[in-house]
Amino acid sequence: MEYIAVLSPLAGALIAGLFGKRIGDKGAQFITCALMLAASIASAMLFAEVNFGAAPRDVTLFTWIASGDLNVEWALRFDQLSCIMAVVITFVSTAVHIYSVGYMHHDPAQARFMAYLSLFTFAMLMLVTATNFVQLFFGWEGVGLASYLLIGFWNQKDSANAAAIKAFVMNRIGDFGLILGIFAVFFVFGTLEFDAVFDDVAAHQDTYLSFLGYDVSALNLIGMLLFIGAMGKSAQLGLHTWLPDAMEGPTPVSALIHAATMVTAGVFLVARLSPVYEYTPDVRMFITVVGALTAFIAATIALTQFDIKRVIAYSTMSQLGYMFFALGVSAYGAAMFHLFTHAFFKALLFLGAGSVIHAMSDEQDMRKMGGIAKHIKFTYVMMWIGNLALAGVPFFAGYFSKDIVLEAAYAAHSSAGHFAYWMGIAAAFMTAFYSWRLLFMTFHGKPRASEKVMDHIHESPPIMTGPLLFLAFGAVLSGWLFYDFFVGSERVRFFGDSLKVLDDVIVHAHHVETWVKLLPTAAGVAGILLAAVFYLWVRHWPATMAGTFGRLHALFYNKWYFDELYTKVGVRPAFGLGKKLWKAGDGAIIDGLGPDGVAAAVSGTAARSSKLQTGYVYHYAFAMLIGIVVIVTLYILKVYG
Amino acid sequence: MLEIGISHFLVLSAILFTLGVFGIFLNRRNVIVILMSIELILLSVTVNLVTFSAYLQDLTGQVFSMFILTVAAAEAAIGLAILVVFFRNKASIAVEDISALKG
Amino acid sequence: MVDAIFFYAFAGVLVLSAVMVISARNPVHSVLFLILAFFNAAGLFVMLGAEFIAMILVIVYVGAVAVLFLFVVMMLDINFAELRRGMMQHAPVGAAVGGVLLVEFVWMYLSWRSDPGAAARVAQPVPVPESGISNTHALGMVLYTEYVFLFQLAGLVLLVAMIGAIVLTLRSRPGVRRQNVDAQISRDPKDVLKVEKITTGSGVS
Repeated sequence: MEYIAVLSPLAGALIAGLFGKRIGDKGAQFITCALMLAASIASAMLFAEVNFGAAPRDVTLFTWIASGDLNVEWALRFDQLSCIMAVVITFVSTAVHIYSVGYMHHDPAQARFMAYLSLFTFAMLMLVTATNFVQLFFGWEGVGLASYLLIGFWNQKDSANAAAIKAFVMNRIGDFGLILGIFAVFFVFGTLEFDAVFDDVAAHQDTYLSFLGYDVSALNLIGMLLFIGAMGKSAQLGLHTWLPDAMEGPTPVSALIHAATMVTAGVFLVARLSPVYEYTPDVRMFITVVGALTAFIAATIALTQFDIKRVIAYSTMSQLGYMFFALGVSAYGAAMFHLFTHAFFKALLFLGAGSVIHAMSDEQDMRKMGGIAKHIKFTYVMMWIGNLALAGVPFFAGYFSKDIVLEAAYAAHSSAGHFAYWMGIAAAFMTAFYSWRLLFMTFHGKPRASEKVMDHIHESPPIMTGPLLFLAFGAVLSGWLFYDFFVGSERVRFFGDSLKVLDDVIVHAHHVETWVKLLPTAAGVAGILLAAVFYLWVRHWPATMAGTFGRLHALFYNKWYFDELYTKVGVRPAFGLGKKLWKAGDGAIIDGLGPDGVAAAVSGTAARSSKLQTGYVYHYAFAMLIGIVVIVTLYILKVYG
Repeated sequence: MLEIGISHFLVLSAILFTLGVFGIFLNRRNVIVILMSIELILLSVTVNLVTFSAYLQDLTGQVFSMFILTVAAAEAAIGLAILVVFFRNKASIAVEDISALKG
Repeated sequence: MVDAIFFYAFAGVLVLSAVMVISARNPVHSVLFLILAFFNAAGLFVMLGAEFIAMILVIVYVGAVAVLFLFVVMMLDINFAELRRGMMQHAPVGAAVGGVLLVEFVWMYLSWRSDPGAAARVAQPVPVPESGISNTHALGMVLYTEYVFLFQLAGLVLLVAMIGAIVLTLRSRPGVRRQNVDAQISRDPKDVLKVEKITTGSGVS
């Protein structure tokens, strides 16, 4: 069953990818969806067995590297943590596979798309079931590759290609930190197996390494470097600029990769390495601060964006910030809970947005929408459900997970935790605001789209609305049903040994003051009401506000100028260096001294040498005479000299 | 000076060699002189070999000089044959005219 | 004493005739001086006790090679007048280089010292005069035994030279009638002969 859960997507990817032309688009779609369904069922069964039946297991496939001290195996670890992830991944992926059959209906390369989706799922599953750092890295890079392939799926578009490269390069920068972290792990612990490392962590608390001339604590260094990798993958502040541009990919891609699964790999990494992070409080403080800032700044940017997918992308970035600051205060269970619920409602939102885009004839700008609620009622209801879950309205999924995250941040009673709490509250307020801004601008008011577009509005076919319904169930029920298991009384049994905490902050979280528990909800409701004021009742206020707070608005609208900064500091120097190395280095020096230079030298020498061939015998005789004299002279000097 | 030793013969052979080389080199007039200069050179070598054979009491030098003779004869024959054919085509044996292999 | 006189006489004439070979105006004169040089060299060889080589020099070199030279010189139609120009351009450089060569040779030869043990390492010792074996006999004893392969090779070289010379200079002239003996002999009377019966006195029509 373990094999089915992980290897069915691989089989689907190979079949659809290699034989796509032969079995046709329909065949490829059927095979991949069927195999994904099998994987989902297997994951669900494993989830039941492992998390509820407390029977974690490792399945070794074969040994990959056996070289001296380094032993790396391909193995599938199904413990509680990876089973949660496996369920999330396979369920959302199956929904996206089925949805894509409808959404990509007019695309010429559907088989390739399905193959890439399944490839991605396989890589993500390898990542979460890894027992050692190398397999984790394989999965990490695999999802990066799949992300690149899928963002740039419509490769005729220049913007898509550029976005794909941007995503890949930024990931690579994060991966640099990850690789250095893995090297440091091997250097300090002598092994790359998770279990071996976890057993040894406590013993290495006082180990120091020399890094760039400074003595740093080994565990802090490792934790920091690995977190940098997580920052790249999960679009935390600093390495986040690729996520909004990744919306160039088809909407199902955004739903699967950039909402539910790939971007959560960073969260998973820190949770999986909880035994290590428990001993690095400084790094965790850094994680908390970064997560809080990300949550806040992303929400501010989302306030001003007009592209429907970008708003949801920034909202993803913001929610990832929540998950990270929960990790930072050692509330790993809360972070995983939020990951779990977020996957459902964010995927729902993205697929719903896809439905809207599909209905509006591929229009994505909200300024050109409006007044379509009565035309696409089902999508409208789905978007409402998703946003209610996102904003943390009571009894929807987001309410349960968001609240426990914020409570845990407050209960940590550290300055970083408090900072995170207040950032989180502000972000919750803004989240509610921009979510309802999206709803009102898209569905309400007078239609701003052209007549041609309004004539063509239609509800999505059942193959697209089915997955929406499934995800809506998740968005509504996953919080309420699983609260006890993730963060309630059952959590110890639920998580087993997969997470380690030294001081369980969740216990404290349950005992914070009542106002702390109620403030997030209040912020959410306030946000909704304010959005209604701005976009439903008093319509001119958005423009007035933008005018009054012009500089602030420009800051938010231009994404806090991160892209401009990176272009100036990183991209232009890199291009300049590349050009110099190309023209001067490769062209002048290597080519000049190498092929071109040698060829020119040979030609020149040959031209000069051919002048020796005068054709006159006495010249030749003279040359011979000179030669003889030289030889005789040399001989005499050797013998008599 | 009066006691004839090996050096006398060797110096004689050196002079002959040099004269032969001069002949090849200084001659602009015709190719036949070149061939005759080559014969002179071969003669000088023969003198050298026979000298050593006599003074070391070793017959090998004389045997070798016989082979030199053979080769010289063969080379003269071929050289002259080429010259004849060349003259048929060019009607001249001036050394300056032989420049068809100019590179 | 007598040795010295003979040596200087022969050597002097040899060198002088060598100089004349390369500087004579008339090529026929050059060849004749070459013959003189060979004769004197033969004399020197006799002085050294290599009378076979000396005689071979006269017979082969003078009798065959020099005569060949003479034939070719007389056969080619040479214009004397225009042959004199252009000689002196490269004389200084050539003289310098050749002079260097000569000086080196002479220096080397004047300081020649034989290895005292060389006498014992002789490859083919000359037979002592008391044994009655002449130079020719001695050469023969060595040539056909130790050096027989080289001897055969020398023969091959001569063969190749002969064939080469013929191939190079042979040309078939058009219009020259030759006899094709094979065709002559294999002619069938039927093809060329017809017997006619004619009455006496009527003539052939």
